[in-house]
Amino acid sequence: MALTLMEGNEAIGWGAVAAGCNFFAGYPITPATTIYNTMLKLLPPQGGVCLQGEDEIASIGFCLGAAMSGMKTMTATSGPGISLYSEQISFAIGSEIPIVIVDVQRLGPSTGSATKGADGDIQFLQWGNSGGFPVIVLAPVDIRDCFVLTVHAFNLAEQYRCPVFLAANKEVSMTRETIDLDRLNLPPVMDRKTADAAQPFMPFGVKNDSLVPDFLPIGGGRLVRQTSSTHGPDGYITTDPGQIADMQKRLDDKLKKSVPAFTYYDEYLVPDADTLVIAYGVTARAAMTAVKNLQSGTPKASLLILKTLWPVPEQLIREKAAAYKRVVMAEMNLGQYVREIQRLLPDKKIDFLGQMNGELIKPGQIQEVIIHG
Amino acid sequence: MDSLLNGSRPPVFCPGCSHDQVLHALDQALVAMGLSAEEVVMVSDIGCSGLFDTFFNTHAFHGLHGRALTYATGIKMARPDLKVIVTMGDGGLGIGGAHVLSTCRKNIDLTLLVLNNFNYGMTGGQCSSTTPQDAQVGSGFLNRLEKPMDICQVAAAAGAGYVSRLSTYDKGIVEGLKEAIAFDGFSLLDIWGLCPGRYTRRNKLTPRSIEADLAILPDLGDYRTRNAREEYGRAYRQEAARLQPVSKPARIEATCTPPQAGRSEVVVLGSAGQRIITAGELLCLAGASAGCHTAQKSDYPITVMRGHSVTEIILSDVEIEYTGIENPSVVIALAPEGVSRRKKMIAALPPEAWVIKASGIDLPPSAATIIEVDFKAEKIKSQDWALVSLAVLAKQNRVLNMDMLKAALQLRFRKAEYETALAMVEKAVESLCR
Repeated sequence: MALTLMEGNEAIGWGAVAAGCNFFAGYPITPATTIYNTMLKLLPPQGGVCLQGEDEIASIGFCLGAAMSGMKTMTATSGPGISLYSEQISFAIGSEIPIVIVDVQRLGPSTGSATKGADGDIQFLQWGNSGGFPVIVLAPVDIRDCFVLTVHAFNLAEQYRCPVFLAANKEVSMTRETIDLDRLNLPPVMDRKTADAAQPFMPFGVKNDSLVPDFLPIGGGRLVRQTSSTHGPDGYITTDPGQIADMQKRLDDKLKKSVPAFTYYDEYLVPDADTLVIAYGVTARAAMTAVKNLQSGTPKASLLILKTLWPVPEQLIREKAAAYKRVVMAEMNLGQYVREIQRLLPDKKIDFLGQMNGELIKPGQIQEVIIHG
Repeated sequence: MDSLLNGSRPPVFCPGCSHDQVLHALDQALVAMGLSAEEVVMVSDIGCSGLFDTFFNTHAFHGLHGRALTYATGIKMARPDLKVIVTMGDGGLGIGGAHVLSTCRKNIDLTLLVLNNFNYGMTGGQCSSTTPQDAQVGSGFLNRLEKPMDICQVAAAAGAGYVSRLSTYDKGIVEGLKEAIAFDGFSLLDIWGLCPGRYTRRNKLTPRSIEADLAILPDLGDYRTRNAREEYGRAYRQEAARLQPVSKPARIEATCTPPQAGRSEVVVLGSAGQRIITAGELLCLAGASAGCHTAQKSDYPITVMRGHSVTEIILSDVEIEYTGIENPSVVIALAPEGVSRRKKMIAALPPEAWVIKASGIDLPPSAATIIEVDFKAEKIKSQDWALVSLAVLAKQNRVLNMDMLKAALQLRFRKAEYETALAMVEKAVESLCR
């Protein structure tokens, strides 16, 4: 075993390169800046592009233009930047532009605390687009996830032609940790599907039962039409209610129906436990310590760590919770993802532990809730 | 090919709209330049100018209001061989002002056509950044309070390589477009025209008055000489070609044996400039050289060289779960700025915890074992206190040992720096621990 010492943000950068990222643009913001620093070191020497936008809107705009020209793009920011990305995120959803967006969450609201962690953007990432369409959000627990989930994020962006968020947290991103790079279980790199040369090209047309249109880059031998306006399969504005409804339904279906294909999670099962702790992100680490501390006494609890947060892996959550009487949910906000758990498990007793004071939730706090409710 | 216009989407604008004439002039310019549809990308903004991409049978990209230049920049950086033409109105100019300035400063090879008709046509004729103060528009009295902007002066000041004002009705418009498109760098054309649907209903504006107005605008001087430089994308690629690829992250083999099993937590409390974070990194590297999993979290203010600097390190023989510090076995206290951030933690320390404390630092009372080190008496510079404290620990085989510290220094520093650091550490330890 050989260990490498790096920051979570550096691991995101290396993961991006391993996934084939060749275009990054960002605007400096703590605690995401070190992703930009890493990409600036990695990309230009190998023929890629790393740009610093005049603001966050420009940074993601550069990425969207480059993505539609065939590049694999990523941008990184924190809550204030996600706010500015919002309109461009909606564009990427509606116009099916692959992009990986890293949100290194910091304590909000607004400019909040630049160097304090939180998971306060978890509902915002899903619902911060006009139209209310599903997005993919993956949440890294540790440095290994920073690397591996970034590769998954690129693959999903390519496969489903959509923005994919990495919901990091200052506490994971700016923590230096050891990682065994030789033992990472990296998925094979995937690329977007190119349109068949023998068929007329429909920029937003789908064939058979596919839910994702095939891709051709802007600037290729066949003309490509890209638009943020409500469009039909041909990429022209449409006012036809049937075409509009089909397009909207497909955008909704393409991610929701595919969740089982990208439901990433971890679990720690304790025999005879009657409580299931559910956590994600850095809080999952405290939860792991908590359930292990209690495993030889009473009460006991098992742990489910969600790494795919959106679309909500409903099937997984229902199945994994089925055997338990009670669920304990801990997260670094005042009650966001627990809403999904409550919605999915109306028959279970759900105890919630939330905290937003810039500090990590401690294992002892979670143990307290497991023991006393 | 005699036209790049879209046969399946014939242009439709309001009767008399100047956009229609610019559209045809642009088509003539592209055809005259011998460009094929596949070589051209039309990037359009929101508003009536946003219809341009549909009316051309070229590559087309239509996005959000004011952001057209951002997409165009991404496209051009990805595909430097393409001719990228951006259309926006005076509305896009205002809302996307930061992008216009930045694109001028970059000098990236895009052509921006500002279809300037002095109002927001599509939303009902409200005032824009170019509406004259005496105009009657859909924004009530508001335009009377704001000076219109001469984008050409602004762009020239911001570093654009090519800036020109044109009337839609100028006989030389096709030539003007060709020259701007052919320019190797960022070119901006401010093209004045009529919006009969909104603006000229209440304001007198004619091709002749436009010509007269344009004629009295201030000359742009020698901006072209001042702003002449390499095109951005090419300059970028030249700079990038000179860079060395980054070497793969270092893999640290376990060559040492840690002095203790289990999990050790160390907190270093200092001030900026004491190389606290570097000492924390060294402790992590020392741990890794003994096969330990390590984690480091740091806390410092936005100021450099002033304020507290705190770093927290965990070494563990199993993978680290919770990264918070709950039970530090060692606290290194080197400056009051750092100590003041962790008073509660120090007060709660148990007897088995050690505190290495620089002489003169006040600590809250605690049960911990205090080791006072008089760095000043040994003439050790403040920036080395944290590193020397690690050496003091290593000498006692607590958390790390000297082999681990040496391995860490070797991993972190180049040869000459390593030798200097090692010599300093060995000398300091010898005098402190005698």
